[in-house]
Amino acid sequence: MSVTAAARIGAARDRYGGTALPVLAGAGPLALRRTRAARRGEARVTVVGAMSGPLGGDRLRIEVDVAAGARLTVDSAAATVSLPGRERRQARYDVRLTVGEDAELRWLPEPVIAARGSDLRMTTRVHLAPGARLVLREELVLGRHGEEAGHLTSRLTVEQAGRPLLDQELAFGPGAAPGWDGPAVLGPYRGVGQLLLVPGPTPGPALPLPPLTSRTALAGGGVLLMSLAPRTAFAQSAAAEVAAAEAAAAEAAALTG
Amino acid sequence: MTETDTETGTDADTAGTSIPGALTALLLLSDGRFPAGGHAHSGGAEAAVADGRIRDAAGLADFCRGRLHTAGLVAAALAAAATAGLDPLALDAAADARTPSAALRSVSRRLGRQLMRAARATWPSAGLDALAAARPRGAHQPVVLGLTAQAAGLPPSAAAHAAAYESVSGPATAAVRLLSLDPFHAAAVLARLAPQIDATARTAASAAHRARTHGVSALPAASAPLLEISAEDHAAWPVRLFAS
Repeated sequence: MSVTAAARIGAARDRYGGTALPVLAGAGPLALRRTRAARRGEARVTVVGAMSGPLGGDRLRIEVDVAAGARLTVDSAAATVSLPGRERRQARYDVRLTVGEDAELRWLPEPVIAARGSDLRMTTRVHLAPGARLVLREELVLGRHGEEAGHLTSRLTVEQAGRPLLDQELAFGPGAAPGWDGPAVLGPYRGVGQLLLVPGPTPGPALPLPPLTSRTALAGGGVLLMSLAPRTAFAQSAAAEVAAAEAAAAEAAALTG
Repeated sequence: MTETDTETGTDADTAGTSIPGALTALLLLSDGRFPAGGHAHSGGAEAAVADGRIRDAAGLADFCRGRLHTAGLVAAALAAAATAGLDPLALDAAADARTPSAALRSVSRRLGRQLMRAARATWPSAGLDALAAARPRGAHQPVVLGLTAQAAGLPPSAAAHAAAYESVSGPATAAVRLLSLDPFHAAAVLARLAPQIDATARTAASAAHRARTHGVSALPAASAPLLEISAEDHAAWPVRLFAS
């Protein structure tokens, strides 16, 4: 039996300069917990997987709306493991993020792991108002330890003030377009991570990047870090590299004020 | 503006169009000797050869297959959409969003500027003039290619075909120099990819057709992390054979 579930988070600035959560509605496997925020003025929500999944045929959706001036971090308690399930149908996972003027969203979920035999289509669409700030991390892992990858297609579309900022789709695993595991796309690597910072940190001194990582300024503003990792133990490799790069970027921002 | 679009692309409408000379125009546009500057670019093959991702004809075939279905598909759809009459500036912004690597964006605009010069001399058109005026430092190459095809009387499917073919012919030609690969083997790689090149052009033309009603966000956005990451590194090499 497949699951259809939509969770919603709404954050708004309260009268004390903090962030309230007028909407916090988990659904099905997407249970939501308000957790302790690391920074003043910010709210934090952790997505707690109430069951394993998504499984084949599931349709999961998360909608996040950060109203003007509010600051929200969303993370997750564990990796999302895409599994085949009994129904041999594609699962869907759709994320819709809206960030208002002078608001900030840090969207920092744990990796999505495409287990063998799974088939998942993810879409992440982000609408940023003018002056909105975003830190977005996406990490995809090709199979659990020692197994071949399932099929995963992930499209990330970010617009700011109605203009396209980033539009990227990555597909891998059985059923993906030929060449996905070849020398132009993913080669032998088993994990791919992206970290998007909008606006980008002010360019500081040139910081060394880990291997297989690029840091690039987007045409419409913002900086994208992209990283590939050799093993499925992504948390210890690419995620750490991306985190190091994020720290380096934040450090650069601090250095330049 | 000439409106020569048909339904979604088919092999027949790529080859056959009612405008006299269109088939030859497609050959001319796809000819490596057409003076549009493409010969100076390897499409990421130079970086791939340097770090051992391409060592021989088999590696070249793998590389071309991946590039065709990612960067090639995106370029082909943008080109077809430009030929079909979608707003070239919206397509130019869509190309920016689909090219996170600043190095690759700059290459695409440089190639667009060079193609623009050749195209305006070869097939003068108001559409090319308007885009050149709006983007004097160069529009993205696939957008210019699409308007060039339109000016030459070609349908969107032909523009898609030219872009899809170009996405692999560049690396194949470059590999001959980079690896001292037998040119016969490089040509064989392209010949064996032909059915996939045709299929990619058809997919791209259908996407461009859909974008007429659903907007440019309906165009494909397939990404190739190794191409993106290595392009940034390659652009910083002090000495290289190819500009990209």
